[in-house]
Amino acid sequence: MDLARTEVTPRKGAGKRKDAGKRKNGGERKGAAKSVAARLGLLAVPVAFFAVFFAYPVAAIVARGLKADGVWQLGRITDVLGDAGIRHVLWFTTWQALASTALTLLIALPGAYVFARLDFPGKHVLRAVVTVPFVLPTVVVGTAFLALVGRGGLLDELWGLRLDTTVWAILLAHVFFNYAVVVRTVGGLWSQLDPRQEEAARMLGASRIAAWRKVTLPALGPAVAAAALMVFLFTFTSFGVVQILGGPTFSTLEVEIYRQTSEIFDLSTAAVLTLIQFAAVGAVLAVHAWTVRRRETALRLVDASTTARRPRGAGQWALLAGVLVSVALLLVLPPAVLVQRSFDAPDFGYYRALTSDDSGIFLVAPIEAIGNSLEYAVVATVIAVVIGGLAAAALTRRDAGRLVRGFDALLMLPLGVSAVTVGFGFLIALDEPPLDLRSSWILVPLAQALVGVPFVVRTMLPVLRAVDERLREAAAVLGASPWRVWREVDLPMVRRALLIAAGFAFAVSLGEFGATVFIARPDHPTLPVAVARLLGRAGELNYGQAMALSTILMVVCAVALLVLERLRGDRTGEF
Amino acid sequence: MLLSLEDATVRFGGRAVLDAVGLDVAEHEVVCVLGPSGSGKSTLLRAVAGLQPLDRGRVLLDGRDQAGVPAHRRGVGLMFQDHQLFPQRDVGGNVAFGLRMRGASRGQRDARVRELLDLVGLPGAAGRAVASLSGGEQQRVALARALAPRPRLLMLDEPLGQLDRSLRERLVVELKELFGRLGTTVLAVTHDQGEAFALADRVVVMRDGRIAQSGTPLEVWQRPADEFVARFLGFDNVVEGTVGGEAAVTPWGKLPVPAGTPDGSHTLLVRPAGVRLVAADQGLRCTVAARTFKGSHVAVHLQPEDAQRLEAACALREAPEVGDTVGVEFEAAEIVVLGRPSGA
Repeated sequence: MDLARTEVTPRKGAGKRKDAGKRKNGGERKGAAKSVAARLGLLAVPVAFFAVFFAYPVAAIVARGLKADGVWQLGRITDVLGDAGIRHVLWFTTWQALASTALTLLIALPGAYVFARLDFPGKHVLRAVVTVPFVLPTVVVGTAFLALVGRGGLLDELWGLRLDTTVWAILLAHVFFNYAVVVRTVGGLWSQLDPRQEEAARMLGASRIAAWRKVTLPALGPAVAAAALMVFLFTFTSFGVVQILGGPTFSTLEVEIYRQTSEIFDLSTAAVLTLIQFAAVGAVLAVHAWTVRRRETALRLVDASTTARRPRGAGQWALLAGVLVSVALLLVLPPAVLVQRSFDAPDFGYYRALTSDDSGIFLVAPIEAIGNSLEYAVVATVIAVVIGGLAAAALTRRDAGRLVRGFDALLMLPLGVSAVTVGFGFLIALDEPPLDLRSSWILVPLAQALVGVPFVVRTMLPVLRAVDERLREAAAVLGASPWRVWREVDLPMVRRALLIAAGFAFAVSLGEFGATVFIARPDHPTLPVAVARLLGRAGELNYGQAMALSTILMVVCAVALLVLERLRGDRTGEF
Repeated sequence: MLLSLEDATVRFGGRAVLDAVGLDVAEHEVVCVLGPSGSGKSTLLRAVAGLQPLDRGRVLLDGRDQAGVPAHRRGVGLMFQDHQLFPQRDVGGNVAFGLRMRGASRGQRDARVRELLDLVGLPGAAGRAVASLSGGEQQRVALARALAPRPRLLMLDEPLGQLDRSLRERLVVELKELFGRLGTTVLAVTHDQGEAFALADRVVVMRDGRIAQSGTPLEVWQRPADEFVARFLGFDNVVEGTVGGEAAVTPWGKLPVPAGTPDGSHTLLVRPAGVRLVAADQGLRCTVAARTFKGSHVAVHLQPEDAQRLEAACALREAPEVGDTVGVEFEAAEIVVLGRPSGA
């Protein structure tokens, strides 16, 4: 089929047509200009959304911190950087992120191979199991590891071993979290690489290892780099996990921003830290965008289902066994212990305690957090899907130009910018007319949607871009206006991706903690906020209730993901 | 004129893919644009359809300038070379698409779908999934889909390009009959001369974005305008010669030329049928270098002693063996004086 394409120009000409569109005069220029205008029109809503609910609050809080009497106090930056404590935080943030990334790659890359190239019973179930941690709220992950390695945790009971005073608890929790990122990104591509390429190299005289090194590894390189960068990004900005497991000793930038903002009320230090994190994240995202572009180079991809084989030889069996054991210990055990702990009181005591509102911690019974969380998450999902869907539709054309590509990268920023800053920024910036939302419930879903949008865009964009442009042209020639082309051609094809995107946005919204903790009203806590507050109190009952609430949250997220997993099937994807 | 292109020019980067093309298509006419890969013929269709903006020039439909008229309002049909059927719709959904876009009622749509599926020889296929169709069936559905909204101009991009040979030959005949019956105005592009000659009232040969020749299939076949067209049509007996009176001096010896050819240097085409094999001691002395079986005849490749090769068409029984030495004479009726290629 593809042979015939070499003759027509649309593919090759795609980039060039844009140049043609730029030239002046000529009768039909208007049509091209109109489609550019339409695309920019689609972008208007997401741009406005990000401007008002992201850039503005962040800018406002930075300005509040760094401006005194209308004058920028840029000297504060050097002051803050000169502080030994802050330098320690920076150093710890960086090295724990690097260590977490290295450890995750070390443990997950064999997993990526096993999922890509080996066929074994229960593979689909296991793939889903491996993915669940990624959508689990950080608070749940923190709680689960507390139950495993913390004081009175499983290891403490068995061998008197406690890791919550060491950095290992944080690193392991980060591996738990990001295992799926590596397996999805690297394994997804690996499973679609044509094994015949390696075979061709071997026919030309390369040994098995040499063939892998010269053919497969270079093809995988960009995917590994992209996965590593995503893991680095997530761990560099880690908040919930470190907040719960780090104790007073370990603090990342994000945790420090939270501390400076909500405990010390030192807004200027928080603002400087926000800027530092912003710069670091921006740099990482720029590199990530570059690897993504590298990854788009033409690789021979084949149907993933054709490349996996039954394990052969002792080596492959050993690898499979090793991966299964590491998955069991690292990914299954912590949540299992969490569940077990939550039932560790007679008559479901912890769960029953959730229904009473006399604990004094909340104005309402903790159980109400479930309803709140679900309501907020549904609204946030709708917002994220609309905003992200519009952005994806506008970004579909690869030749959309530098400006639009830049926006593509900007959409990822909310993943990395301090959620704490965003949350606090909401309170500061959105408190006067015409945008006085301070006491409005919509604030929480808006903040959660910010984090959901990147997932929606990332999920939908590859699918939209895979739609053959000439299918759209066929519809246009048959009389479909651009809007109808989208409805008749694109929408049916992305319906599934849309559902998946919605699922991700839902799970991410459910688990959002950093921003929500600021803006959720005391009488309307979400699940993660309630868990964190329970953990912050002493006493076995509070601890047990935190476990119980975490378990509930985990189940909701896991169910959402398993539904997704059925929809998704075998596909390459970043998340 | 139903369709007129005036000075139509499209550039990709610095290269002109369509270079000042002028072309008219009258109502009920079937015009085939013939050219090798990259000659700009697909771009020509896309420009008429409104999928490719022009850098210069105009597209007129029914005399109206189409500048600024988007693809979906031009009322032309385009059949893509790999059909581009909508995979998530069944056959009926595909054929009805254009009618739906024009707001036809359900009843009208159903009736028209039935009518068209009958017409293309797929009665009752409306409920079938697109994926279950063979290549030939997909082609028919694509045709029905393009015809359904009654476009004033139907454009076909390599309509039979991906089908196997026997099916292609059958469908060409069917298409020709169908267009004749419906009175459809057709602009088709193809790189296959057989397809073009079988289908078209008029053939337009394109080269590097320009029109090299335009005429009826017979005219083009008998009198290729220049060396490019001749070679593209598969004629390789092209030779330089100096005309003086009624003969031209060439490396192959003296060739008779049509009366009235001006003196001077010319490029000459000798059709293989005009290369007559005679006894070895007469005419141009050649060795038989190769023979290829062409079904109705044998193409004999001849190597003269000190000139370029030439090809002769021989009846099956008369073909000499490889290595034989033969003499060659030329028939005036099969010799064409070619023009200078445009742009050269």
